[in-house]
Amino acid sequence: MRFLLIEDNLQLASAVQERLRSSGHVVDHAATLQSAKAHTQSADYDLILLDIMLPDGDGRDFLNHHRASKQQTPVIVLTARSQVSDRVGVLDLGADDYLTKPFDFSELEARCRAVLRRHSGETSNAIHYGDISFDGLAGTLTVDDKTITLRNKELRLLEILISAPGQIFSKNKLIDRLFSYDEDVSTNAIEVYIGRLRKHLAGAQVQIITARGMGYKLDTEC
Amino acid sequence: MPSTTAGSIQRRLAFFLIASAMLLALILLLITRQFTGQIAEQSQDNILAASAISILESVTQRADEISVDIPYAALAMLGNVSDDRVFYQVLAGEEHLTGYPDLPDALSADDPAKRRYLTGEYQRETIRMVQLLRRMTIGGETIDVAVKVAQTRNAQQSRLSAITNRLLWPGIAMFVLALLLAAISARSTVQPLRALADSVADRGLDNLEPVRAPVPIEMAPLVNSLNSLISRLKINQHRSEDFIAEAAHRVRTPLATVRSQAEIALMRVERPENRQSLKEMIRAIDESSRAAGQLLDHAMVSFRSDQLTLTIINPAELVIDTVARFQPIADMKDIQLNTTTDGSCKINADSILVQSAVRNIVENAIKYTDREDVIDVSVSCCKSWVCIRVIDNGEGFPAESTSLTERFTRGSNAGHTVGSGLGLTIASEVIKVHSGRLDIASNPNGSGACVSLYFPAC
Repeated sequence: MRFLLIEDNLQLASAVQERLRSSGHVVDHAATLQSAKAHTQSADYDLILLDIMLPDGDGRDFLNHHRASKQQTPVIVLTARSQVSDRVGVLDLGADDYLTKPFDFSELEARCRAVLRRHSGETSNAIHYGDISFDGLAGTLTVDDKTITLRNKELRLLEILISAPGQIFSKNKLIDRLFSYDEDVSTNAIEVYIGRLRKHLAGAQVQIITARGMGYKLDTEC
Repeated sequence: MPSTTAGSIQRRLAFFLIASAMLLALILLLITRQFTGQIAEQSQDNILAASAISILESVTQRADEISVDIPYAALAMLGNVSDDRVFYQVLAGEEHLTGYPDLPDALSADDPAKRRYLTGEYQRETIRMVQLLRRMTIGGETIDVAVKVAQTRNAQQSRLSAITNRLLWPGIAMFVLALLLAAISARSTVQPLRALADSVADRGLDNLEPVRAPVPIEMAPLVNSLNSLISRLKINQHRSEDFIAEAAHRVRTPLATVRSQAEIALMRVERPENRQSLKEMIRAIDESSRAAGQLLDHAMVSFRSDQLTLTIINPAELVIDTVARFQPIADMKDIQLNTTTDGSCKINADSILVQSAVRNIVENAIKYTDREDVIDVSVSCCKSWVCIRVIDNGEGFPAESTSLTERFTRGSNAGHTVGSGLGLTIASEVIKVHSGRLDIASNPNGSGACVSLYFPAC
């Protein structure tokens, strides 16, 4: 997926970029409304992340203009203003969702996924790897022509692993991605979800392989 | 809003109008009476004078004697007019010749005039009298012959009262008409004032637009000062709203930077103790940002409570919309959010406040519920109440649950979960301003909490 991040706080922007890139997305960054307009004119985006207070104007004007020109790209507003009236305001202007700063990256990803899922409709976003096919937006896994719906944590775990097959992900990295900091988790918690995914993958050539003391990777047998 | 009142302009105006109508009517009546009285008196005087003249002319001198032969016509002309009694007296100097000797005098001895009229009392009746004087010479001696003719005034009085009576009814009719006109004009004068009051009272509380409707020139100063008050109020309100928004922005922006840096650092750090301290840091940031958010929410609730913007809202739609916002967060914990709503009822409420209450309750439920569990949100309608209920399967409330609605109070079993202790306070304050009820109980079907918000239905 291709994202446009419109955010004038450079540190926050680079952190968000890094996080979303590690989930396999392409993220362009615009620090001003002017550069955002240039970006939207030159490329098609699947999702726009929009800050409200920008140096050269109000993000809401951008949103207004965006909706007025019949652009379908979904927009998630990132705002430090938390009042309900502000939130209602941006939704009325046509934002698909909002997120109050500071936000949990997991929550950002979850909201992006929810918005993208709503917008994708019937189109398949399936990734084929080996003999399995996985649709991260729909949350479905197809093994041997049998399609099952994954729970959120399972699908995110699979999403991470399938984004770089063969690459070893440490338990810590997986925990960071899967759980919010609100939750109390032990490193063993990840094993529960690995176990469940393995059960779903039973019979397929694609398997989750334990790299002892290092982590897990997705790979085809043989 | 009860306010002290000092009289009523409409009543005062009506009173003055009626009083002046009364006064004018009275003055008119008196003037008419006076005038008709004068005319009647004049005509009586003329007849009396004519009668006296004819008597005086009948005074003759026979040898050295003065003799009077009262002509019949002299008294008949008086009798014609009415059945009033007539008195007369003829005097030659001081000597009484004929008639009623004790009639009062209208002319004094040294009065140079030859004719005087007098209104006086005689034989217990009011009389009008004329006295004429004629100087005669009898045997070289000059003698003043005086003739007095008097008549009671019964006829005149009755004529006067007849005229007055005839005037009275039209007068009363006019007075009633004046009364009506006074009431109508008082009402129509006050009408623009009333219209202004109604238009100000009818506007919603967040309608701080100046009054623009045309008003009578006398009310312009009032409207001007009202408008200037409104604009000052508007500036004030904007200032507090802006302040809240600005404060949130100032607090959150640096927190967001720090948090994102910490998260990125966490992605690169492997040593458990470093990871632990970074996580603690992120937790602390979350805690302060959530506390800031809830403090601002709480400030907003207090601020809005003073000036509720009530509208008829469908609680089912509100709950569905609010819960939908939480779906991604619930998904993160694989929590199933079930919503069952009865869309048949409406409440008269401030929708932003109700949203805050529901949001805080649902947020709490998600926070305290374990992964892969279920939260049920329902909207149900009883006769006079609408109940929004959130049931979770978390740890539930400890025994001291009634104190949880107090500020910054958290359940003793809240443990490690991030929270400020304001969520229930916000909900309970929202409930309070809507005259509703907040029930905190344990989940009837097992462990966990059951929070019910009751709003009066409309």
